[in-house]
Formats: sequence, structure tokens, C-alpha cells
Amino acid sequence: MPLALELKGVTFGYAHGQPALSNVDLAIPAGELVAIAGPNGGGKTTLVRLALGLLEPNRGDVLLFGEPAARFSRRPALGYLPQRAQIGVDAPVTVEELVSAGRLAAGPMLGPLRRRDRELVSSAMERLGIAELARRPLSTLSGGQQQRAFIAKALAGEPSLLVMDEPTTGVDAESQEALAELLDELHRELQVTVLYVSHEFGAIERYVDRLVLVRGSIVFDGPPSDLPEVWHDPSHVHV
Amino acid sequence: MFDSEFMRLAFAAGAVIGVLAPAVGFFLVQRRLSLIGDGIGHVAFAGVAAGYLLGVSPVATALAAAVIGGIALEWLRANRKTAGDQALAFIFYTGIAGGVVLVSAAGAFDVNLFTYLFGSILTLTRQDVAVVAVLGAVGLATIGLLYRPLAGVVLDEEAAVVVGVPVKVLNLTIVVLAALTVAVSMRIVGILLIAALMVLPVMAAERVAWSMRSTISLAMAFGLASVFGGLTVAYYGDMPPGGAIVLLAAAGFLLASGVRTVSLR
Repeated sequence: MPLALELKGVTFGYAHGQPALSNVDLAIPAGELVAIAGPNGGGKTTLVRLALGLLEPNRGDVLLFGEPAARFSRRPALGYLPQRAQIGVDAPVTVEELVSAGRLAAGPMLGPLRRRDRELVSSAMERLGIAELARRPLSTLSGGQQQRAFIAKALAGEPSLLVMDEPTTGVDAESQEALAELLDELHRELQVTVLYVSHEFGAIERYVDRLVLVRGSIVFDGPPSDLPEVWHDPSHVHV
Repeated sequence: MFDSEFMRLAFAAGAVIGVLAPAVGFFLVQRRLSLIGDGIGHVAFAGVAAGYLLGVSPVATALAAAVIGGIALEWLRANRKTAGDQALAFIFYTGIAGGVVLVSAAGAFDVNLFTYLFGSILTLTRQDVAVVAVLGAVGLATIGLLYRPLAGVVLDEEAAVVVGVPVKVLNLTIVVLAALTVAVSMRIVGILLIAALMVLPVMAAERVAWSMRSTISLAMAFGLASVFGGLTVAYYGDMPPGGAIVLLAAAGFLLASGVRTVSLR
């Protein structure tokens, strides 16, 4: 199976600080659903930003589908749900407007959306069970419904790699369970490579083949059944 | 009122400005850059002064200065050479100080300069209106064509960068459009007040709109109503139109806030 993401001997530190990540090796084959967890400040978001080419490593290489991440030529193939995803505007934004923005890079950038793009937007909303909320402003929805809208936006671009940074922050336990189930479904049906990043494994642990635990470096990488009991709550990980 | 040619010209130019300023301002407000129009306006003042000094069209030199100032501002902000508000302060004060020095050198502290600062309905010529119409059409066509990418960037800039949207180019486009709006609008609304017409109608629209598209559409409608109302008040009240237009836009915001408060009860 070709690799969707590969980090080879990656070290990264922010200016005037300790390295946030040291000597990280990670290979994620296309089509895998992987959960990356670790305590806050453990370097998870740095790893995500390196993987997406938003940061460049001080040492080592980051490859996306075999290309250097910072110069990746097929960016529309990426879907990204940033940490604490929220709309960056004060104006009311409907679910449909948000999800349509997911076709920006994958579809035509100028002028109105074409029919196929509109169909993909509708299909993403239906898949996430929010089609009936299409015309509702995001601010009137629950945290779980808003999260679904952001995932629909990422899916509308038909990504080959979907990266979600702390997708369950501010979402209740029931919605977290539903989200984990949904991701499993999407991953199986669409064969999308999914990187699920969180400070805890939570509900997703039951659906993934592989867990990666990050605390400055990778301290565990393997199937959930091999995870030592003490690490099931990654916020308590001691290296 | 429409028997006078100068009022017909003022309404023709005002129609373009009333729609263009909030359309551009929508993206500035959503990016939390509401005061950028003010910064660019002050640089445009230096441009007007340079026009007087060089003996060329102050509108042309104001447009050039505003575009250069806007690009400098965006470059300082985007490359984190300095914090956003400090970049704005730098451009703001340099612009106004440069303008004062240049106006003084040109010996142009006169009533004509006052019309650039606060607007006038008496000084517009047919040629001015033609320039406003052409530049306004260019600005509105650009927004129409780039609406989706511009909206996508304000919705989530980082996600847009990840999927390969040319965010820097789009951010620069908005700043250049803001500069164009300042240059186009300064004869009627005035350099010191044009930024308000970019921001207040958008603030009002946000209070009563139900989507992004309805926000920008309502903002343009509020902008147009403020300009037409302000020109009418200026004509009958014999006052600079800039002040009347902006006070009406402010009243529109208060009214929209009231409507929202009542509708939420």
C-alpha cells in the first residue's frame, strides 16, 4: 500500500524553545484510520502542521503521497479540520455556505459553483445527516451539529487524506461516540486515509487499527490491544 | 433637487460608492480589519497632497498612494514584521504626517482640500463620475468573480491554505480593492469618513441577516440608502455630504441593533 504520510527522522522546535518533536518516524499507508493522541503540549498539533506542510522540520523529511509536504502539488486532495474549528466571521453563515467552501480548491475557484460541485455539497451534508439543516445559521446549531458541518466541508472536497485536529473538543460524550462511528463508516466506505488527533483516545479507540502516542516523540505506535493500560488516558503519559 | 446637474452627478457617483464600499468592507470586517480603510484613507491624503505639489490629478495620486499604502500594510501584517494594529498605526500616522508636510509645501491649505477630507456635492464633474463608474464597475466585477474564494478565506484562512487556495493573493486583492474604494469615494464622502461607509452598513447588516450572502446584500442596500439619504440631507441642509452619509449609516446600525434585540425577545 503506498504511503499517504511519511515522517523520517523529523525534529522541530519553535524559536527560542526546546524541540517540540524529536526524531519522529511515522509511516501511514493510504486508506488507514489512525488515532494520534498525547497530552496537551506533547507536540500533536505541531505534528499535524508538519504533516500538512504548514511548518517545515529543522531536521528530517515530511512526505505527503511521496512528495515533500511543504511543496505538495495536489493540495485539493487534503481535507483539514483545524483545532477548535469555528467560523472566523461575525456574519451569520449557513451550513450550506460553510460546506460549499469545501469545494473551493477542488472545484472551480472563480464564479458560482457548478452542478457537480453542488451535488457533492448536498451529498456531503446528507452523509453527515445535516441536509435538513442546510439553510440554518451555524450559530443556531449544537456543538455536535456544528462539528458535523465542518466535517462535511472537509469531505465535500473529496479528500484522499482527512486530518482532524481535536475534533471532539467541546462536544458531549454522545456526540463523540456518534462522530467516531461516523468516521469509521466514512473510512470504510470512501477509503479515505484519516488522521484523528486528540488529547485522549476516547470512543475512537474501538474503531482504529492503530494508535500513535506522542509526547515530544512517538512513545507508542501499534494496535489498540497492545496499548498498556496506564496509557489509555494519554494525558497521564509519563515517559 | 434633481434639477441641478451637480445633484444628478452626485447621485450617480453615490450609487456606485454606496454599493462598492460595503461590498469591500464586508471582507475587511469579517477579517477583523475594520480600521484598515481609515489607515488607507490617511495614506490617500498624502497622495492628494502629492497631487497638489506635482500639479497632477489628486485622485490619481491618491489612488496610487492608497494602493501602495494598502500593500505595505498587508505585507507588514501577513509577514508578521509587526502586530496588525501596530502596522495600521505606522501606516496611519505616516500617511497623515506625510500629507500635512506635502500640503504645506504645496501651499494648499484651502477650501478645496477640505472637500477631499469631508466630501462635497458641488465639485463633481461628468469626468469624475465616469472615473467613479469605471473604477466602481471594476471593483464590483472583481468581488462578483472572486466572491467564493474571498468568502472561503474569511471563513477559515488556515484550512484554505492547506487545500491550496492562494490566500496571500486574495488578501492582497481585498486591500487593493479597499484602496480603490477610498480613491473612488473621497470626492463625495471624504477621505476621513469613507472607512465608516465600508464598516457601518456591514455591522448593521450582520444584526439582521440570516446568511453570508444576505449580509453582503443587505450591507450594500444599507450603504446605498445611507448615501442617497445623506446626499439629500446635505443638499437641503447645506452641509458636507460625508458627515450626513455616515451619521445615517450609524443610525442604520442602531436601528438594526434595535430590531435584532426586539426579535430575540
